[in-house]
Amino acid sequence: MRISIDDLSIELGGRRIVDRVSLEVEPGRRLALLGPNGSGKSTLLRSLYRLHRPASGSVRIGGDDLWRLGARAAAQRIAVVAQESTAEHDLTAFQVVMLGRVPHQRGFGADSPADLAAAEAALERVGALDLADRPFTILSGGEKQRILLARAITQDCPVLVLDEPTNHLDVTFQLELMQIVADLGLTTIAALHDLNLAAEYCDAVAVLKEGRLIAAGDPGTVLTGDLIAEAFAVRADRIAHPATGRPHFALSPLKAPSTERNTTA
Amino acid sequence: MALLAAGFGVVIVSGATGTVDVTVAESFKIVAGHLLPNMPWMADGSLTSLQDQAVWRFRLPRTLLAGIAGAGLALAGALMQALVRNPLAEPYLLGVSAGAGVGAVAVITLGAGAAGLTLSGAAFAGALAAAVAVYLLARQGGIVAPTRLILSGVALGSLLSAVTSYLTITTEAQNVFSILFFLLGSVAAATWTQLAVPAAALAIVLAFALLRSRSLNALQVGDETATALGVDVNRFRSQLLVACALLTGAVVAVSGGIGFVGLVIPHISRIAVGADHRRMLPVTVLGGAMFLMAADLAARTVAAPTEIPIGIVTAAVGAPFFLWLMRRGRAAGAGMHR
Repeated sequence: MRISIDDLSIELGGRRIVDRVSLEVEPGRRLALLGPNGSGKSTLLRSLYRLHRPASGSVRIGGDDLWRLGARAAAQRIAVVAQESTAEHDLTAFQVVMLGRVPHQRGFGADSPADLAAAEAALERVGALDLADRPFTILSGGEKQRILLARAITQDCPVLVLDEPTNHLDVTFQLELMQIVADLGLTTIAALHDLNLAAEYCDAVAVLKEGRLIAAGDPGTVLTGDLIAEAFAVRADRIAHPATGRPHFALSPLKAPSTERNTTA
Repeated sequence: MALLAAGFGVVIVSGATGTVDVTVAESFKIVAGHLLPNMPWMADGSLTSLQDQAVWRFRLPRTLLAGIAGAGLALAGALMQALVRNPLAEPYLLGVSAGAGVGAVAVITLGAGAAGLTLSGAAFAGALAAAVAVYLLARQGGIVAPTRLILSGVALGSLLSAVTSYLTITTEAQNVFSILFFLLGSVAAATWTQLAVPAAALAIVLAFALLRSRSLNALQVGDETATALGVDVNRFRSQLLVACALLTGAVVAVSGGIGFVGLVIPHISRIAVGADHRRMLPVTVLGGAMFLMAADLAARTVAAPTEIPIGIVTAAVGAPFFLWLMRRGRAAGAGMHR
C-alpha cells in the first residue's frame, strides 16, 4: 500500500515542526527517515498514525486521506512501533501483543483462535515466545522492543511505521530487527539514527533538517559526504561495505585534530 | 459465579439481621415470596407482617443499595484508573464527592425547603457541577490531559471540602451528626424508589465499559499507542469522564461519600484476574457489590443497636485486607511489581 505525503506541514504549540514535506513510499518499499535530533522525524511519523493533524498538506495511505479514513480504519492499515513509552501498566507481554488485534475486533468477548494464533506467530517471529507470560513493564529495553514489534506484526497491516526502532538494542538484535522488518515485505517508513543501517536495509532515504526535506532518493546516490556534513555537521567518509558492497560511512568530527596530526606526521 | 452466589447469600443473611427477629430461612422465604408468585408461606400466616415489613421494606433495599453503590463506585474507580493511568485514581478524583458534600450539607444546614431541593437532588447537582468544573479546568486546546485532570480535581476538591467544613462548623450542633453520616456514607435510609437511578446508571455505564473494554486495554498502555491502535483517545476519554461523573454522582447522591471501595476493589480485581478489562471489570463490579453489602452488614451489627457509618467499616476492614493482599507474593506476579 502506497504512502503519499503531499506538501505536509505540522505545527505544535505555534511552532512549525515539519515544513512542506512531500514524500512517496512505493508499495512494499522501505524508506529510512534520517536527520539530527529535533529535525522533525518523529513528528512527521506521528502524523502517519493520526497523533498530529496536519496544519496543511495531506497524508494519503493507499490513496485515501488519513483523516477521512477514521481512527479504526487507519489502524487497520498502519501498524506502529513508537519510541518506548513510559506508561506503567499491569499487562503481560502476551496481552500487549494481543492489543495489535484491537483494530480488527469489535465489542465484548473472547479472542478468536485466529487472533491468538496471529499473536503467537508474531512472538515466535521476533524470538520472544518465552516472554509471553511476563509482565511487560519489567522487561528490558530490548525485550520490550521485541514485544512491540510483535504487536505491530500482529496488527497485520500493509504499512509499518517505526520510530527509532533500534534504540536501546544490542548490535545483534539491531541487525536481527532490521532483517525481520525487511523480510515482512511491508511498505515501511522508519526513523533511524544509524546511517549504515539505513543504507544496508532500506530502498530509499529521506533526510530532514529543521523540519524541511533536504534530500530524498536511493541511499547510494543521496548519501554523499557533503549531504551528511550539511545535515549532521559531521565528516562522513564513504566506503563500500567489505561484505555486502553497500555504502558504509566512517564518521568523524568535521574538524578532527587527531586526523590532522596523523596526516602531517 | 462464586461471587454471584456469595452476593445472594449476603442479601439473605442481611435480611435476617436486625432488631426484629427473622431467621435466615424466613428471610429467604420473604425475599423469594416477593419475587416469585404464589409461594404458599406468604399467605398461611407463618410470617408476621412486622417481619415482612422489616425484611422487604427496610433491609432489602438498603442491602441492594449497598450492592449497587459498591458496584458503581468500584466500576467508576476502575475506569478512572484506566483513563488517567494512575493507580491512585478513584471515583472522587473528579471532585464528585466534594461537590455532593457541599450540596447535601447546604440542604442540611440551610434547610431543605430553601432551594426546593431534596438532599439527594442537591447532592447530585453538586456532584455534577463539580465534575463539569473539573473537566473544564482540565481542558486545554480541546484536550484533557490526565495530569491536569488529577490536579484540577484535587484542587477543586480541597476548595469544596473547605466550603463543607465551614458550613459544618457554623451550623447548629444537632445538624453535625447528619452531616457526618452523609460525608462518611450510609445506606441506612434506603428505599425502593431510591434504587432506580443508581441502578440504571450502573447498568448503562457497565454496558458501555464492557463494549469498550478492548479500548480500555489499549488506553492503559498510553495515549500514543491507543491512537495507533485506532482508539480516538480524546473522544473516548471524554466519554469515560461523563460516564464516571454520572455513575459516581448517582451513587453519592443516595449513599454519601463511601470511601475506599472505588480505590481498592479495582486493584484487588487486578491482583486476582490480571489487567485485561474484559475479565477485570466484571470481577470489579461483583467484588465491589459484595464488599459493600458485607460492609453494611458489619456496620449494622458490630455496635448494635447503634449503627456506624458504612464508610468507617470499608476503610477499617478493607485497608488492612488490601495491604495484606498487596504484600503477598502473588501480587508481585500479577502487577504490583512497580
